[in-house]
Amino acid sequence: MALSKQEIAQRIAQELQDKWYVNLGIGIPTLVANYIPKNIDVVFQSENGMLGMGPFPIEGEEDADLINAGKQTVTILKGSSLFDSAMSFAMIRGQHVQLTVLGAMEVSQNGDIANWKIPGKMVKGMGGAMDLVASAENIIVAMMHTDKAGASKLLKNCSLPLTGVNCVKKVVTNLAYLEIRNNAFYLIERAPGVSVEEIIAATEGTLIVEGEIPEMKF
Amino acid sequence: MINKVVKNAQEALNGVENGMTFMLGGFGLCGIPENCIAELVRLGVSNLTCISNNAGVDDFGLGLLLKKRQIKKMVSSYVGENEEFERQMLSGELDVELIPQGTLAERCRATGAGIPAFYTPAGYGTEVAEGKETREFNGKMYVLEHAFNPEFAFVKAWKGDTAGNLIFKGTARNFNPMMAMAGKITVAEVEELVEAGELDPNQIHTPGIFVQRIFQGKDYEKRIEQRTVTPKS
Repeated sequence: MALSKQEIAQRIAQELQDKWYVNLGIGIPTLVANYIPKNIDVVFQSENGMLGMGPFPIEGEEDADLINAGKQTVTILKGSSLFDSAMSFAMIRGQHVQLTVLGAMEVSQNGDIANWKIPGKMVKGMGGAMDLVASAENIIVAMMHTDKAGASKLLKNCSLPLTGVNCVKKVVTNLAYLEIRNNAFYLIERAPGVSVEEIIAATEGTLIVEGEIPEMKF
Repeated sequence: MINKVVKNAQEALNGVENGMTFMLGGFGLCGIPENCIAELVRLGVSNLTCISNNAGVDDFGLGLLLKKRQIKKMVSSYVGENEEFERQMLSGELDVELIPQGTLAERCRATGAGIPAFYTPAGYGTEVAEGKETREFNGKMYVLEHAFNPEFAFVKAWKGDTAGNLIFKGTARNFNPMMAMAGKITVAEVEELVEAGELDPNQIHTPGIFVQRIFQGKDYEKRIEQRTVTPKS
């Protein structure tokens, strides 16, 4: 069975490490916050100016002056801090944030990512994505392995306008957990019940399969 | 103490003309200068270039200026959530320059800090870097980005004093402090204007030196774009 969006988030959460500051993008990445391992402490950064972002407020306690980068009302946790946008991106470009998790339309085998623009369609903008991918030490992409028509989104070369070059090192899809190195996708784990053959068939880019590929554990 | 107080938005926007370039603080609808935007609508100035992270929604924020076709060009990082914006952009009525959010913030900061240009890794290898100087530092490639040159900056703070010192609240700070530094004339509207001396100098986010005009704002709506809550259990 291919993973649900929640399960993709759950698998990514296993990559979090104690004492990491983490930026989560919009969509599946946001769900990662629901699956933080109990024995570690992580702090979520929201690029609009907050460290120590907490859950949505209790109904009736929403504050228009406390939102996340998706413009949703949120809360702040003990030990949190608030700052301006230049300070926020200094944290990001200065590599003080250890991990960025974001979605993508396409990823290529050399680590390029495209997630902001489809030619001919309304362009909404890149927001903070270009700053995040250009700077983060660790980038995990959360995405579907194929598009709705079944075409692979893990490619030799991205066809869409790029968000960043040579930056993605890990990808978690509904089918597999892959690492990017040596200009190839390395298959590390497969979703429970998904065969290596299915993953090969759904991957356009060079896919390296070494030995027995274990199933993901949850 | 240099007194920066003006009576209202009308007085604060004295000198605003057609064709000018403005910076407007805010992230989404959070921390936007509501009173200044309303006054710009009332004045009806047009052919404006607006530097702002977002472009408001159809019936609020910069969406109000878009509806009246007062904006010629938007410089932003993200412009979703606005149908009129989309219509004007696709029809070619509106010129749009999209900039990575961190680059936008730093370009605002650089403008006020006397730095004409700086190198950033954001956008290298993408269409954002097309036509720009690039350079390698320590094995990594960077793009040269330039400061802006706005005539006015409009910012919104939580509290301010008669000397122009500002304190922001929550994530309503966002672009406001850098834009305050960048305006040839910076106009600050505040939810609560107090006498100089009433704010703790240790807590000031934007020193009054950056603010030319300050006024007590009124009728703040502070709209929420995405009301997300945890149900009461």
